[in-house]
Amino acid sequence: MPAVSKGDGMRGLAVFISDIRNCKSKEAEIKRINKELANIRSKFKGDKALDGYSKKKYVCKLLFIFLLGHDIDFGHMEAVNLLSSNRYTEKQIGYLFISVLVNSNSELIRLINNAIKNDLASRNPTFMGLALHCIANVGSREMAEAFAGEIPKILVAGDTMDSVKQSAALCLLRLYRTSPDFVPMGDWTSRVVHLLNDQHLGVVTAATSLITTLAQKNPEEFKTSVSLAVSRLSRIVTSASTDLQDYTYYFVPAPWLSVKLLRLLQCYPPPEDAAVRGRLTECLETILNKAQEPPKSKKVQHSNAKNAVLFEAISLIIHHDSEPNLLVRACNQLGQFLQHRETNLRYLALESMCTLASSEFSHEAVKTHIETVINALKTERDVSVRQRAVDLLYAMCDRSNAQQIVAEMLNYLETADYSIREEIVLKVAILAEKYAVDYTWYVDTILNLIRIAGDYVSEEVWYRVIQIVINRDDVQGYAAKTVFEALQAPACHENLVKVGGYILGEFGNLIAGDPRSSPLIQFNLLHSKFHLCSVPTRALLLSTYIKFVNLFPEIKTTIQDVLRSDSQLKNADVELQQRAVEYLRLSTIASTDILATVLEEMPPFPERESSILAKLKKKKGPGTVTDLEDIKKERNSDMNGGTESTPVNASTASTPSPSADLLGLGAAPVTSSAPPPSSTGSLLVDVFSDSASVVAPLAPGSEDNFARFVCKNNGVLFENQLLQIGLKSEFRQNLGRMFIFYGNKTSTQFLNFTPTLICSDELKSNILDLTEPLDMQIAVYALITVCQMHK
Amino acid sequence: MIKFFLMVNKQGQTRLSRYYEHVEIPKRTMLEAEVIKNCLSRSKEQCSFIEYKDFKLVYRQYAALFIVVGINETENEMAVYELIHNFVEVLDRYFSRVSELDVSFSVLPRIHLSFFVFLFLTACSIVWQTFKIMFNLDRVHIILDEMVLNGCIVETNKNRILAPLLVLDKMAES
Repeated sequence: MPAVSKGDGMRGLAVFISDIRNCKSKEAEIKRINKELANIRSKFKGDKALDGYSKKKYVCKLLFIFLLGHDIDFGHMEAVNLLSSNRYTEKQIGYLFISVLVNSNSELIRLINNAIKNDLASRNPTFMGLALHCIANVGSREMAEAFAGEIPKILVAGDTMDSVKQSAALCLLRLYRTSPDFVPMGDWTSRVVHLLNDQHLGVVTAATSLITTLAQKNPEEFKTSVSLAVSRLSRIVTSASTDLQDYTYYFVPAPWLSVKLLRLLQCYPPPEDAAVRGRLTECLETILNKAQEPPKSKKVQHSNAKNAVLFEAISLIIHHDSEPNLLVRACNQLGQFLQHRETNLRYLALESMCTLASSEFSHEAVKTHIETVINALKTERDVSVRQRAVDLLYAMCDRSNAQQIVAEMLNYLETADYSIREEIVLKVAILAEKYAVDYTWYVDTILNLIRIAGDYVSEEVWYRVIQIVINRDDVQGYAAKTVFEALQAPACHENLVKVGGYILGEFGNLIAGDPRSSPLIQFNLLHSKFHLCSVPTRALLLSTYIKFVNLFPEIKTTIQDVLRSDSQLKNADVELQQRAVEYLRLSTIASTDILATVLEEMPPFPERESSILAKLKKKKGPGTVTDLEDIKKERNSDMNGGTESTPVNASTASTPSPSADLLGLGAAPVTSSAPPPSSTGSLLVDVFSDSASVVAPLAPGSEDNFARFVCKNNGVLFENQLLQIGLKSEFRQNLGRMFIFYGNKTSTQFLNFTPTLICSDELKSNILDLTEPLDMQIAVYALITVCQMHK
Repeated sequence: MIKFFLMVNKQGQTRLSRYYEHVEIPKRTMLEAEVIKNCLSRSKEQCSFIEYKDFKLVYRQYAALFIVVGINETENEMAVYELIHNFVEVLDRYFSRVSELDVSFSVLPRIHLSFFVFLFLTACSIVWQTFKIMFNLDRVHIILDEMVLNGCIVETNKNRILAPLLVLDKMAES
């Protein structure tokens, strides 16, 4: 295959490349490459200095080898040498090498920075352009330090060439991204905004990218860009196709620039100035109109470019959320795309509609497309399109179509991709709960969920269904019946056994009258699954059995036999063994009254925020779910809250999670940095105070330790590199004594170390506070004796 | 922003790669292999945007060559999709100009071909250009650098993109 070589030769390179291509196997290729590497290495180490051309050739070869995927560990010096050459071709190869092979070798960085500095200072636009390209693509911190001052000057100077301005703008962007502290705002910001008016559209594109990023951090500085952007955009959109010449792509004027300008406008709220707002609305309407016109060209590129601008415009309309007729038009346009031939358009339409659904103006309009979306869910071949359809159904759900949507989602769940099942499960659970008018439907839905995708039903979901069943009397009987029937299936999921076990334990009496679900049958049904379950489920089932002893005295002996069997009493797992032993004992010695009191029905759970929503937010990220929450808050009047506490009689949670704040302590995220050591001694006192307001800030990391003291008396309260605070307490009747140990972990002495005790008014206490002056290097302790401890 | 720009063939060999944020070398090969695997398993009815990890891939197939661009959520997918085509057209214009062989396809719509023939010819010309791309990797990099800088689209005007290269060629010949 004859090599097509450029005018400057480098035939050696071409030959080398042909050789590589002709290699039959990977080993042959590697051999050839190694041979070449050895050759180049020897040439670089050789005595006679290489001329520019050879250097360039070898560096080029090294670059090529690197691009094939082999690491290069030499040649950097030579490349840097090329940077200082005066010939454009050599310089260029040098820069290319450097920017592709970013290295953190400190010596070379200095040399590179020097070379770049020289090039920037030279007024030669090509050299400046190369240097700026390099900074833009590499942009390390050292470079930022060195050049951040100069680049803005180059950018706004009047005599810089357009191409250099382009590179300078993006260079600045890069430096700002990596080291924002080196790029302070200055008087160049207003000049940058004026670049938007430049003749050269390339400069405008670059400036728009720069301003978009900067405006997100400093919106005030760049406010003036909004009106300029709007006027520029309207000029582009209304221009005839001959105006913009080469920037017209398949009869669409400057599509990429339009997209960028629209994105810049999304950084700001709708403009206050009426004239600007009017112009913008006009502009958006023009874009929407153009979409309806017959296409000027049959090429797919034309429609793609047109649609790119259209989708971005719709994004802007949604972001502003202020013009109802624009929103409705956008919605209709998207509705048309939902049934388009091209998959790309359907995908993008579904995605855009998702955001549209949360806006109040267009929510109704979106709902009209529900049939199309459901159809898409069923018939689309592409899994990501189906996923978007699910998201859209979730977003458009409200009371009127909840049942339909949930049914469709359950259908989809049966055949869904495994990676997305958990998310769909969470969504179905949330929807079912929010829009349940009739809670029997809710129970059915959740049980269906468990049946279809039991593995992906996380704990929060089934805790919730149990909380709801317990809180609502009307659905308890129905739940018991349904669960009983579901358990009769030959292969049921473990989560179903958990739910079933719990519900039958609480409400089995409601269905015991029916001979098909007599107590003995219930017990046998549950016990038949017993050996198939994991340890936590078995623990739950044991609790259910003791509840049965209370509910159905007639099967007491059967249950006792089961509990008495060796496999329970001598079970390897400590929890199971303990439960079996204790329950057995309880059933034998307790009278019926005591048993009834101990195993009384669970009280209703207090209202709390649903933890399922928190879990979904965590999974998806903050964007998608919060909109839903804000809009639908007013419809949640009959929503039941619930904690995350385990339904089984578990001890109080010792590890705090965001929703399990059973102690009523503020669970607000700790934002303060570690307080001085003196105030941590007061934390313990707060445990016993009921007021949630007076909570001393917890040192980060000590929350876990802190909460452990509910059950323990001794332990480490707080530890960091300097200090360890330990606690030892003892209590006798109404007196309590706490020793607080401050351990000095450093090798130097603490000076002026004074622990202070802060306590709330409620704790009226006699405190004997003994503080020893810190003369010991190791530790000091403070003794607090407190009387009249609150329980 | 654009995270990376890859040209990979069906056998999984990377013909061109440009990363706009730092990625370790072994990770790059892994990434490229996974990406091509994802793209190869797609069919014609599926859309050209793949959700991969926490960003998106926009890909376009030209015969045996895949051009894949990784973008994050700040970019408009359709715009990037067309950018790929613009890039291909620029390459085509540059390399057809210096084609020493009789066969030369021009992608500019001076001839009104029907859609499918057009695509076929584009595909053919791209396969042909692949040979030339490999031998002129530095030029291709220069073209890409003119179009995309620091992950942002900077220039889409074909004449302006090719201007420095033409000057370079002229300097080299003289």
